[in-house]
Amino acid sequence: MKSTGTERVKRGMAEMQKGGVIMDVVNAEQAKIAEQAGAVAVMALERVPADIRAAGGVARMADPKIIEEVMNAVSIPVMAKCRIGHIVEARLLEAMGVDYIDESEVLTPADDLFHINKKEFTVPFVCGARDLAEACRRIGEGASMIRTKGEPGTGNIVEAVRHMRLMQAQIQRVIGMREDELMVYAKELGAPYHVLLEIKNLGRLPVVNFAAGGVATPADAALMMHLGADGVFVGSGIFKSQNPEKYARAIVEAVTYYQDYDRIVELSRGLGEPMRGIDLSTLETKDRMSERGK
Amino acid sequence: MKIGILALQGSFREHQEYFNKLGVETILVKEPYQLDEIDGLVLPGGESTTMRYLIDRYQFMDSLKKYCATKPVFGTCAGMVLLAKENVGYPTHIGTLDVRLKRNAFGRQVASFEDVINIKGIGEVVGVFIRAPYIEIANDNVEVLGTYKDVIVAVKQGYQLATSFHPELTDDLKIGEFFINMVDKYKNE
Repeated sequence: MKSTGTERVKRGMAEMQKGGVIMDVVNAEQAKIAEQAGAVAVMALERVPADIRAAGGVARMADPKIIEEVMNAVSIPVMAKCRIGHIVEARLLEAMGVDYIDESEVLTPADDLFHINKKEFTVPFVCGARDLAEACRRIGEGASMIRTKGEPGTGNIVEAVRHMRLMQAQIQRVIGMREDELMVYAKELGAPYHVLLEIKNLGRLPVVNFAAGGVATPADAALMMHLGADGVFVGSGIFKSQNPEKYARAIVEAVTYYQDYDRIVELSRGLGEPMRGIDLSTLETKDRMSERGK
Repeated sequence: MKIGILALQGSFREHQEYFNKLGVETILVKEPYQLDEIDGLVLPGGESTTMRYLIDRYQFMDSLKKYCATKPVFGTCAGMVLLAKENVGYPTHIGTLDVRLKRNAFGRQVASFEDVINIKGIGEVVGVFIRAPYIEIANDNVEVLGTYKDVIVAVKQGYQLATSFHPELTDDLKIGEFFINMVDKYKNE
């Protein structure tokens, strides 16, 4: 019997993105540049995170017109963001036929307590996480893909590094635990036991885990791969750089050949200015997107 | 026997685990010279446009064309797109498989599905179709191994094997065994 929206089909879609770069775009022209540069998918947005940060106010799902324009422009998968807990924005994106929904802290949360029950949807979801606890809760809610939250729109890799290192260390801890110790760890983390058990049995997260939130250079992207990311999201880093096309291509290549340092030197040379970036010590807790949606 | 898996992007980890379960040695292929070290090549699922970009960027195409024209190769989903001689509306990549193929032919991700399909000489398998392509026309020299609702989803031509779906996302090793037998046969010839 034909079945759509199964766990395997939803998680499998993310598996196919592995070793790739997903790029934020705000119109058809940028989407085409991303596709030609080898992006595995694009994230259709009204504004990239750096501009959302600058604009302030409430950030919501993009105008369907922008998302449809991007969908019509490229043959690669198109993702789009809905606000955390905004079931209806998610349903609208699903109705439009986007390939993946990012229930994202980059937008202003619609629900300060609950995330969407993603199991009810045919379309797969990706969610941000700062540690294994958040990752397991999102997987428990039905997320088919995880990404580090990092600190979006800053061009500063430090938070993504922190989140990825923490998650990897906690995964190793779970793998090394005896099964009878897992329940207490589940209690400590506030993470669903069955997801921890799945991690222990598989020896890794049951879904793909990308890096996001601060990737600005090819070396940043390669660093995240080195730390165990399955792939990379680049938000503001490409179209806020001096030369988006070159940056896009260089980051794609750096992700595939992340251990080939001669090659990364070659493709980093003369790239022009990366996005300006923000020192995180100047960012107050209330301005940190990664604090949203725990 | 050593199976190489093209590891520019996509489901290469799944393929590696899949073939390791069959007790076969695997290596991840990222450089053209590695093609000389393997007995069979897997072109995994993923994004064909991304793989093509990386293939061109590092002058991989000539060696891939040469390899796929004569030696055992198994393409799944995007791998099938890479092999097809004609891609409707899109450029040809390796082009050694004599078929006309349609990309994303079943629709976008919300239409992705799984179902049981019957493969000639293999039997029933679960086909996991993710934004999958299908074959519109297979030339006479191509053997059709499987269809789904009247469209072609699995083919063999000489030492080339290709499926629209992803055996590497299942525990059913029958298609992998089938490919290993092809590699064995090639080695003995």
